[in-house]
Amino acid sequence: MTSLLTASNITKQFPGTLALDNVQLDLQAGEIHAVIGENGAGKSTLMKILAGVISADSGQIHLNGEPINPTTPGEALALGIATVHQELSLIPTLTVAENIFPGRLPTNRFGMVRYGELFKRAQSILSKLNVAVDPRASVEKLSIANQQLVEIAKAISSDCKILILDEPTSALTDHEADQLLAFLKRLAQDGVSIVYISHKLKEIFMTANRVTILRDGKFVGTHQVSEIKPDDVIRMMVGRELGNIYPDKGKETGVTLLEVQDLRLPETRVSNSFHLLEGEILGFAGLIGSGRSELAHALFGAAPKLSGTIRLHGQEVHIHSPKQAIKLGIGYLTEDRKQAGLFLEMSLKQNVSATVLNKVSQAGFVKPERERQLAREYVQRLSVSTSSIEQEVRRLSGGNQQKILLSKWLAIQPRILIVDEPTRGIDVGAKKEIHHLLRSLCEKGVGVIIISSELPEILGMCDRVLVMHEGAIIAEYSGREATEENIIRSASNH
Amino acid sequence: MASESVKKVSAQKNNMARPLINFLTQLVKVREFALVAMIILIAVGLELYTGRFFTTVNLNAISLGFSTSAVIVFGMTMALVSGGFDLSVGSVFALGGVVTASALRADIPIPLAILAGLSVGLLAGLTNGLLITKVKINPFITTLGMMGIARGASLAVTKGTTLAGLPPEFFVYGQNKTFDLFNLIIIAFFIIIVGDVLMRRASAFRQIYYVGGNEEAARLSGINIDRVKIAVYTMSGIFAALAGILSVSRFTVADPGAGTGEELRIIAACIIGGCSLQGGRGTVIGGLFGLIFVGLINNGMILLRVPVYWQQLSMGIVLLLAVGFDTLSQRWQLRPRVRQSS
Repeated sequence: MTSLLTASNITKQFPGTLALDNVQLDLQAGEIHAVIGENGAGKSTLMKILAGVISADSGQIHLNGEPINPTTPGEALALGIATVHQELSLIPTLTVAENIFPGRLPTNRFGMVRYGELFKRAQSILSKLNVAVDPRASVEKLSIANQQLVEIAKAISSDCKILILDEPTSALTDHEADQLLAFLKRLAQDGVSIVYISHKLKEIFMTANRVTILRDGKFVGTHQVSEIKPDDVIRMMVGRELGNIYPDKGKETGVTLLEVQDLRLPETRVSNSFHLLEGEILGFAGLIGSGRSELAHALFGAAPKLSGTIRLHGQEVHIHSPKQAIKLGIGYLTEDRKQAGLFLEMSLKQNVSATVLNKVSQAGFVKPERERQLAREYVQRLSVSTSSIEQEVRRLSGGNQQKILLSKWLAIQPRILIVDEPTRGIDVGAKKEIHHLLRSLCEKGVGVIIISSELPEILGMCDRVLVMHEGAIIAEYSGREATEENIIRSASNH
Repeated sequence: MASESVKKVSAQKNNMARPLINFLTQLVKVREFALVAMIILIAVGLELYTGRFFTTVNLNAISLGFSTSAVIVFGMTMALVSGGFDLSVGSVFALGGVVTASALRADIPIPLAILAGLSVGLLAGLTNGLLITKVKINPFITTLGMMGIARGASLAVTKGTTLAGLPPEFFVYGQNKTFDLFNLIIIAFFIIIVGDVLMRRASAFRQIYYVGGNEEAARLSGINIDRVKIAVYTMSGIFAALAGILSVSRFTVADPGAGTGEELRIIAACIIGGCSLQGGRGTVIGGLFGLIFVGLINNGMILLRVPVYWQQLSMGIVLLLAVGFDTLSQRWQLRPRVRQSS
């Protein structure tokens, strides 16, 4: 077989991290080529470079032997490279047909859209793909799976030669995923080359011809799927030195701090029970979308729960709002720092005091000196690098922003601290500091719950690990039993 | 990294001149400072050009002119800071005045009549707040609806006529003077100062900034967003009604058409004064300065005998210039940072 597209020596540096380090990819005509790796391995970065969303610092891309360098998604599309990103980009209120041909609507000589022609063209693409969706239906009425198919129809309507899919099945049920995968196989038979990013080993082994494994921004290998076993892939994905960025594990007291029983969320069929000891770090592992954050939200009172009891030190508590949770000494550090965590336009000082306004106030008025003192205390304790506590938070680096977000929760002097992806997108130095800080909290008896998609973080930090899959806790490992291999196996329900 | 931040902190403490310089650079960056400078410039310019600006008559006329608007500014600032706005203030302004005037004509005692007017404002604001938070209609539609309802109610109550024949004792608020200053100016000034201090310092009012700054983050920080918003719109309604009542006291008649277009003038003044339509930003005093700024430009045009028709046009230009400069200067401030990090 001949190579349709080759990428070689691709390097991309982001502030603080080397996202891709001399990575290569070789794509043959008509194959389904899976790209796999842990979070932060560089999969999405590589795809974005191929799709023209970002450009590489160095390296070459060849298409049919010709060097190419797409700098915008439009250029990539013109070269026949179409991409379906993880987040759907459809406009929900418009029809399927309008979504398939945005910017390329057939018009008459007065510039008016010829809807008949539009629907006919859309129908011909949809039937070519064997997709039973009415081109006149509005997208918001479709199931997520069908929306995903429309997205793909949109991608291939430009007669692309290469289709890049970034975790297309993450929002789909098993049945819907199977349909999508069968569809991809048909597409490949028609001669389209597919680059397929996924976390799900089962799917890769069902669908792909070859698989490329990335680890920490480096190329590990490309293999025929028929020649290797899932365990080999897992071993290639992991297998790294953890280094000393993780503090020593602690000794929990054995006193139960939190007990959650039969907690069930609306619109789910499963209920979960777990407990947390004083001074323990409990990890929640699982794929993105496995329901870990949703569980945390419900526990913290930020999302409704259907049923279940929560006991704190053996006493039943009712938590219906974050306010009540905070009063009980429960903090929740969100995974979405910018959208749900920080007040970006406000000062560092005001961000820290957001959870404890009453503590820095007297008779209903904020005491400026107390508020500044509080901020200074945490700036020093977490060694936040900033010129002033009056600085707007949006001007800080990611790591320092995360430290401010954490300060907000340390300020409530939590008994239980839930941290959701606590070190996502920050540099190694800040990561290490946050890890040590969390451990030192535990030494004072605080119970910490870490939700993380970075397995090394889970393994390096946690005394006990729970693994979630499709909303349910399906496995529990003690710190000693937990390995990347068996967590991945549980998380992908393999 | 640890030693770096410690160094910075200690350097700040050791150098005594730094705080002063910091303070001055901060001051220049503050929107209010630029506004005050512009206001002084325009005032001096008008004085030099006309020689009639710094006269008691003219200053009093200007101050009286925006006193009732200043009362509304507090409520509007809250609404803008919370991330919304209140289009109904102009109509509630009229309704508050009309209700109080009707009550006075029905021989209800003055304090009760005022209370009736304020209650109607409270009711309108509370309804806005409940619709925005519980039914989740957006602030634009909600307050636009209330704008129509309040205006219609004022017209219905008065059958479209102005209400006169009110007891003269009621006019003390709008017409009398205390220590040579109009009561109306004193009341407006008092509300602005109290409002500004509350917004800066009171922990309850600080929550409005958190809600406007990032609603989801505020919710997860334990702030009851719905309660904050309901309170904000309720207060906005009350202050709009109060302004209307004071206006009746000043002009001795209640006009159901009063305050038409007032909502947009106030929003413009607040935006010029540093509020952001995105929320989370703005001060009451800034809104007052915005009001004075716009007022001065209008006053200047009157002194310069510019035809009245040009005034609205100039107001629009001033709004766009002020906000445009601010947006651009912020982008310039941010630009080098963006380059560094990318």
